[in-house]
Amino acid sequence: MSNTALKKVEITERDPKVRNKDFKEVVLGYTEEEAKQEAKRCLQCKHRPCVQGCPVNVKIPDFIKLVSEGDFEGAYEKIKETNSLPAVCGRVCPQESQCESRCVRGIKGESVGIGRLERFVADWHMKNVEEKPSEIKLNGKKVAIVGSGPAGLSCAGDLAKKGYEVTIFEAFHTAGGVLMYGIPEFRLPKKIVQKEIENLKAIGVKVETNMVIGKVFSIEELFEQGFDAVFIGSGAGLPSFMKIPGENLNGVYTANEFLTRINLMKAYKFPETDTPIKVGKKVAVIGGGNVAMDAARSAKRLGAEEVFIIYRRSEEEMPARLEEVHHAKEEGIIFKILHNPTQILGENGWVKAIECVKMELGEPDASGRRRPIPIKGSEESLEIDTVIIAIGQSPNPLIKSTTKNLKTHDWGGIIIDEQTGATSIPGVYAGGDAVTGAATVILAMGAGKTAAKSIDEYLIR
Amino acid sequence: MYKIIKKRVLNPSVKSMEVYAPAIAKKAEPGQFIILRVHEKGERIPLTISDFNRDKGTVTITFQEVGKTTKLLGRLEEGEEILDFVGPLGKASELEGYKKVAVIGGGLGTAIAYPQAKKLHNLGAEVHSIVGFRNKDLIIYEEELNQVSDKVFITTDDGSNGHKGFVSDVLQQLIEEGNKYDLVIAIGPLIMMKVVSELTKKYGIKTIVSMNTIMIDGTGMCGGCRVTVGGEIKFACVDGPDFDGHLVDFDEAMRRGAMYKEEEAYSDHICKIGLGGN
Ligand SMILES: Cc1cc2nc3c(=O)[nH]c(=O)nc-3n(C[C@H](O)[C@H](O)[C@H](O)COP(=O)(O)OP(=O)(O)OC[C@H]3O[C@@H](n4cnc5c(N)ncnc54)[C@H](O)[C@@H]3O)c2cc1C
Ligand SMILES: Cc1cc2nc3c(=O)[nH]c(=O)nc-3n(C[C@H](O)[C@H](O)[C@H](O)COP(=O)(O)OP(=O)(O)OC[C@H]3O[C@@H](n4cnc5c(N)ncnc54)[C@H](O)[C@@H]3O)c2cc1C
Ligand code: SF4
Ligand code: SF4
Ligand code: FES
Repeated sequence: MSNTALKKVEITERDPKVRNKDFKEVVLGYTEEEAKQEAKRCLQCKHRPCVQGCPVNVKIPDFIKLVSEGDFEGAYEKIKETNSLPAVCGRVCPQESQCESRCVRGIKGESVGIGRLERFVADWHMKNVEEKPSEIKLNGKKVAIVGSGPAGLSCAGDLAKKGYEVTIFEAFHTAGGVLMYGIPEFRLPKKIVQKEIENLKAIGVKVETNMVIGKVFSIEELFEQGFDAVFIGSGAGLPSFMKIPGENLNGVYTANEFLTRINLMKAYKFPETDTPIKVGKKVAVIGGGNVAMDAARSAKRLGAEEVFIIYRRSEEEMPARLEEVHHAKEEGIIFKILHNPTQILGENGWVKAIECVKMELGEPDASGRRRPIPIKGSEESLEIDTVIIAIGQSPNPLIKSTTKNLKTHDWGGIIIDEQTGATSIPGVYAGGDAVTGAATVILAMGAGKTAAKSIDEYLIR
Repeated sequence: MYKIIKKRVLNPSVKSMEVYAPAIAKKAEPGQFIILRVHEKGERIPLTISDFNRDKGTVTITFQEVGKTTKLLGRLEEGEEILDFVGPLGKASELEGYKKVAVIGGGLGTAIAYPQAKKLHNLGAEVHSIVGFRNKDLIIYEEELNQVSDKVFITTDDGSNGHKGFVSDVLQQLIEEGNKYDLVIAIGPLIMMKVVSELTKKYGIKTIVSMNTIMIDGTGMCGGCRVTVGGEIKFACVDGPDFDGHLVDFDEAMRRGAMYKEEEAYSDHICKIGLGGN
């Protein structure tokens, strides 16, 4: 009995007017019945186009079939075969441009809610199944992982299961990378991330926080300490600036600083917690990606009256997940598209206004998107008191600058062999945003898995 | 967890702690700092490594109780532990190759300048330390500085000990008297570093200052510690904290340092009336 509805089974979301005042999760997820109904929309296509759209080739029709049959744990096992962080990916993958973009059901109507189902299955497992650490026989080899974002976590998990003694070194006081300090609680509850990390610890992975590799130990010293291989998953933490006047005025944040204060340091609970944040009444967020959406929605939740997203191209080109753009609008974020900041104006050292020039779209550029061109004389200024810059990040140069012979691109990305993840130094592998520049959770995870496989081959050889 | 091995009270608001952190002690160099968090809900704050002992595996921090976190830290006793302690961060000061150096410390900056003076002394440079305090009860690190300096000059704002006036006056006098410094290191309040830098610029003496900006991660990730140096954005946590005093935009730094004044006052107030993690 299949479900022929053109639309996805609706998913419960909290009222925008209520949720934009707190940090609790926005999307509440499917019930068992809803999940089964949605699963029945899947046609079980023989040629499995959806699987091709997933960077880690989750066995989509197979797990969905199990969901439709009510075998949720079976579905979980199926997803886990290729994806080690389903509760995270189900929530944050840009499904509309990956798995769901290829779904046959999407030709006429909406695609199957693959992400929603993946999330349901992972949440169901977390709630109902006690994780039993399986006996793993250690093989006597040690691997060091630098960074505990999705790339590091998945690499660590795969290696630990193969019997390696794995230690993750993390610069911050909490493991999880962007999942902890970047993506806000209302989109990805932190207890989910912590649970994943607990699971890794249960299979023997050691997590050493407060360890800035390159400072406290160099990569070379990790080998001296007895590690047989190293994986670098240090992410893309270096914030970009616009290089326009006024960027150092008080009230101008990078999204990294703004979100770290909120997510990692829990500034939204100030003064219960000790880290303060200044939000202001009128906030301008520059950029059109997930980071910009998260910053804007966080600012709104912290009490800003008006929050603007200022983006230089049109909405079509916005790199943010469709769902988040939609959520942001629902929550009252004002979109100023085709606008580009030219300067930030101050008064007594504090932000007072932002001047933008209007843009129009010209011919496609190298990225394939139409190039935005300023319209001369169209400058206008907008009164605001806070600016959040969310125009991108590049890999942090700290490891590169302290590691001899580690080859990187001019823009900072570590150069690897695409097939294996091997860097220019034998025994040193890398993956995730540190290699690609700011990308996605699932790509970082996939890179961690690829490196784990290569490290295994390298060490048993 | 990082255990406090030894605690000393240097003056009514300045305390010093020797903390067991062997991995950091092994790598620490003068000019570097650590970031710590006292408890689970605490803020991350940067403190300079004011001394280290590689054999004992300890790192010494010296801090002034100015707000919530430093006061909480000050309440910890020997044997107790600090939750998070990360380092060594920042660049080590470049101190090789100098013959005669004036090391200037303002208030607490004296403790921060001490490891530099010590290293310069060990490298064979002639070291003149000029340190200033508001009054004689606040003097710290006098003994330590005596051991690593060829001359120590102490000033107090009120004249209760040593020279009455500012460190910059003493420096100027010493230069006028013919002392040929090839480097000046100035560490202390921004206004002091600014005045010293303006002075040494006149005489063309290379000057290093240490920028104590607001910081969060300390690894170049948040950009909160940015300072303008020679017209370029630099991150104090990774590009510094030492910078060329003649190139730093001090006015901007002073403004940015005051960004959270109101919130700090509020948080500290709550801390005092006992709602904070006491
Ligand atoms: C606000 C925001 C929202 C996002 N939203 C989405 C989304 O909805 N969907 C999506 O797919 N992607 C999203 N992304 C992108 C995604 O989070 C990243 O692509 C992904 O986290 C990269 O994983 P990673 O493991 O390579 O690095 P990271 O997650 O950046 O982790 C790197 C870790 O390494 C640590 N580290 C760095 N240097 C050192 C060192 N020297 N020593 C020790 N540790 C070090 C860092 O502290 C960090 O914990 C978002 C990113 C941000 C910032
Ligand atoms: C690289 C570096 C090294 C430092 N080394 C030392 C040190 O060795 N000893 C020491 O006592 N302090 C040092 N500081 C300053 C120290 O970090 C601050 O005093 C501390 O963060 C104050 O925290 P709080 O919660 O106690 O006070 P808060 O309540 O946060 O602030 C109280 C007052 O202190 C001032 N303040 C706040 N943050 C800073 C800051 N980052 N720098 C300077 N003043 C600030 C403000 O005027 C504020 O009103 C250093 C700062 C940096 C960046
Ligand atoms: S991991 Fe992401 S892309 Fe793959 S199936 Fe799940 S939601 Fe889709
Ligand atoms: S393409 Fe869509 S309908 Fe076909 S198997 Fe995949 S999820 Fe099911
Ligand atoms: S403290 Fe965050 S970049 Fe320097």
